[in-house]
Amino acid sequence: MKKILTALALTTALVMPGTVMARNVTLTGILKNYGGDGAYLAVYITNANGSYVGTLWLAGGKSKYYNSLSHWYRATGGATSGVTAASVGSGRSFQITFDIADALIDSGYQIRIDASVENFRDAPSDIIIPLTSESFGTANSGRRYIRSVFLQ
Amino acid sequence: MIRALHKYTGLLASILLLVLALSGVALSVIPAWDKLQTPALSESGLSVGELAARIATHYPGVEQIKRAPSGKITAYFYADNEPGAVVVDPATGQGVSDYSFSPVVRWIKDLHRSLLLGDGGRLTMAAAAAALFLLSASGVSLIARRMGGWRKALAPARGPFASRMHVDAGRLSIPGLILTSLTALYMALGSFELLPQDTPQPVFPAAVSGETGLPTSEMLALGEVPVSQLRSLTFPYVGDATDVFTLSTNSGKGYIDQGTGEMLAWDSAGIWQKIYEFIYLLHTGEGAWLWGLVLGLLVLGTAVLATTGIFMWWLARRARPALPKGVAANKADTIILVGSEGGSTWGFAGTLMEGLMACGHRVHTAPMSRFTPEKYSNARQIIVLAATYGDGKPPASAKGFIDKVNALQQAPAARLAVLGFGDRQFPAYCAFAEQVVALAKEKGWQSLLPMDTVNCQSPQDFSRWGYDLGQALGHDLELSHLAMQQHTHRLKLVSRRDFGLELQTPTAILRFALPRTGLLARLGGRGWKRFGAGDLLGVIPETSNVARLYSLASGTRDGFVEICVRKHSHGLCSGQLFNLAVGDEISAFIRPNPSFAPAKNRKPVILIGAGTGIGPLAGFVRANHRQRPMRLYFGIRHPAADFLYGQEIGQWQREGKLENARIAASRLQQAAYVQDILRLDATHVAEQVKNGAQILVCGGRDMAAGVLQALHEILAPHGLEPARLKAQGRYLEDVY
Repeated sequence: MKKILTALALTTALVMPGTVMARNVTLTGILKNYGGDGAYLAVYITNANGSYVGTLWLAGGKSKYYNSLSHWYRATGGATSGVTAASVGSGRSFQITFDIADALIDSGYQIRIDASVENFRDAPSDIIIPLTSESFGTANSGRRYIRSVFLQ
Repeated sequence: MIRALHKYTGLLASILLLVLALSGVALSVIPAWDKLQTPALSESGLSVGELAARIATHYPGVEQIKRAPSGKITAYFYADNEPGAVVVDPATGQGVSDYSFSPVVRWIKDLHRSLLLGDGGRLTMAAAAAALFLLSASGVSLIARRMGGWRKALAPARGPFASRMHVDAGRLSIPGLILTSLTALYMALGSFELLPQDTPQPVFPAAVSGETGLPTSEMLALGEVPVSQLRSLTFPYVGDATDVFTLSTNSGKGYIDQGTGEMLAWDSAGIWQKIYEFIYLLHTGEGAWLWGLVLGLLVLGTAVLATTGIFMWWLARRARPALPKGVAANKADTIILVGSEGGSTWGFAGTLMEGLMACGHRVHTAPMSRFTPEKYSNARQIIVLAATYGDGKPPASAKGFIDKVNALQQAPAARLAVLGFGDRQFPAYCAFAEQVVALAKEKGWQSLLPMDTVNCQSPQDFSRWGYDLGQALGHDLELSHLAMQQHTHRLKLVSRRDFGLELQTPTAILRFALPRTGLLARLGGRGWKRFGAGDLLGVIPETSNVARLYSLASGTRDGFVEICVRKHSHGLCSGQLFNLAVGDEISAFIRPNPSFAPAKNRKPVILIGAGTGIGPLAGFVRANHRQRPMRLYFGIRHPAADFLYGQEIGQWQREGKLENARIAASRLQQAAYVQDILRLDATHVAEQVKNGAQILVCGGRDMAAGVLQALHEILAPHGLEPARLKAQGRYLEDVY
């Protein structure tokens, strides 16, 4: 379990300490058995227009491959806020926790995950999960490398 | 120093290098294989927009189109929510086969790059690439040293088979290995992010038209780009009007509006990116399949180099027995100094030590490089065993010896004996030992006995010198040196033909049956080796264990073992051989002598010999089933007495195995020596040599010197030089 604390630049945008209620969220993802090297993943949030808001988590050690996470990369230029982990192997799962302001839920915000695997096709926005009350407690399935993602 | 670096780096890295080389060779065929599988692009002007439109008609859910450097075009799409990928024929846009990245190729690639061990493995393989570069660079300088200078670096290699293979494979593959190791190191720097990066990064447009649905064939920005420039085209996310087309080409990357087809942002590839891609191409051959195959072949040389390198090390190691325990330098009465390149001279030093210690001497043995005369306070004699490297250079363990002696104020009190080790085929035979002797004379260093030499590690030469050394020291000294543990076999005499009895020079052609050895013994390396004429038969006489070597006059194919022996008045071994009756047995072994055999080509061969030197030459003619032109010049005493192979020579001429034979007899009234008949045939000999003929000389030392002189006179007017022929491996001598 990877616990992410409020060191995120993102949190300042999403959480206003003291004034607004925040919700503690656990995101659990499972990858498909695609049979390749470890997947690079970018978990980030977009607003109602689909524009990038902030990065929650990044998996993958070598920054020169970040441009394969193409949607995330073109919004950020590959700049990370320091929350990175090793790439996630085929068939493996990952878990992150973060705080999110109640105000962002049911306001059109989305959690997106870009995925890429060496020698395989890139999967920008492999999964898009709307940040709605209904999304919590249900499994959302991905398109290419992500089998499912569960929010709680 | 360079040699030690080469040896230890090679030994340490050999296994890794084998893995690198073999996986690299496997990968090298992939570009060619890809090329074969790829539908050709027939329309040269086909645009990316048109191609994308063709693909979209067959695969409406297309997400991305990629073009590999081989020209293979792959389309990735979704159909019924399932991801798919096909290799596309650009002419139709239709898939020709399902695409998937082969797990075998992926595995080999991972093995090649990282031993399947991630970043740690990557570092290891990068170190192996660095080792490969070091080995190649040091190998180049070693080859130059071995061949006697940079200008001779491409001359034919001489010496034992494994080391010739090593040199030849090295000369063929070193350019490729230097290239492949340097490019590998550059790529490793890239994968550890130590290179400047300037991958194109267009700025994502702040605003797009918001329209969708324009067919790609009508997009201006895609219509301009020919397919041959394409790297990848990524379609916008379905249903997202804010998304764009992302186009990567050989020159850069850009975003294209899906409603207007205009290029919204573009960034050109930077110089570092281009350099990296070029180096990647050089290393992998991706997109240049022919180069990939060439590189693969060159890299295959690494496997040969690693194997022969380890084998050479093992041979040298096996030839070096553990030295007996000597005494400290200041306590010894006898100091043995060894100048050895490959290590075999140490074996002789060990035998010498044992022999001297058995006679009560206190012996200290050290490499010549550790010459410290101030410590030799009790020394009565200093014995130098000096090999020669290449063209007369000091061997590895003698570095600095000459300088140290030069710097001496006064020669050491202990008397000096020098024994040179070498191979008579090399022009600078025992040149380093001679250099030591000359310097000692100059310094006024008192000599114990004159310098002598040992040719091709001959135990006889060594034993003979041991006798002389014993005389000088005032006691008997028998040195029986067995260079390697030889497995001897019993050979039974089946026939003998005697010559020369009338002239008091008894000579005989002895023919033995091939010994039978079991399969098990052969697998264990203890079998009777395959042999050919010119190889050596080691005979171990009774009452001594020093082997005597005789040139073989037959090969395995002939089905018998044949030698020519002349009885020497005090010769122990030749006497015993001469007294053999049919049915008697001897102990013997085969020692390969690949340096005295006709080259494997169809060029003419000139055979020159006298006396028992006819043996191997007769063997070459007998084995000349392909009837290449061979001429024989043979010196005898009297046709009625010692015309060895007299009957066969006529028969071989009739069979076409021998073009011509000229005989010189020295005891006839018109006495002639072999060099005389050579001179008579001067025009013909010169012409043959100009046509690439090879000369093989076998016989006594005086005859060989006479022949060399005669050939010098014959060839000089034609601008040819025996020394040059020797360097080219076209003038071989087997002299005793």
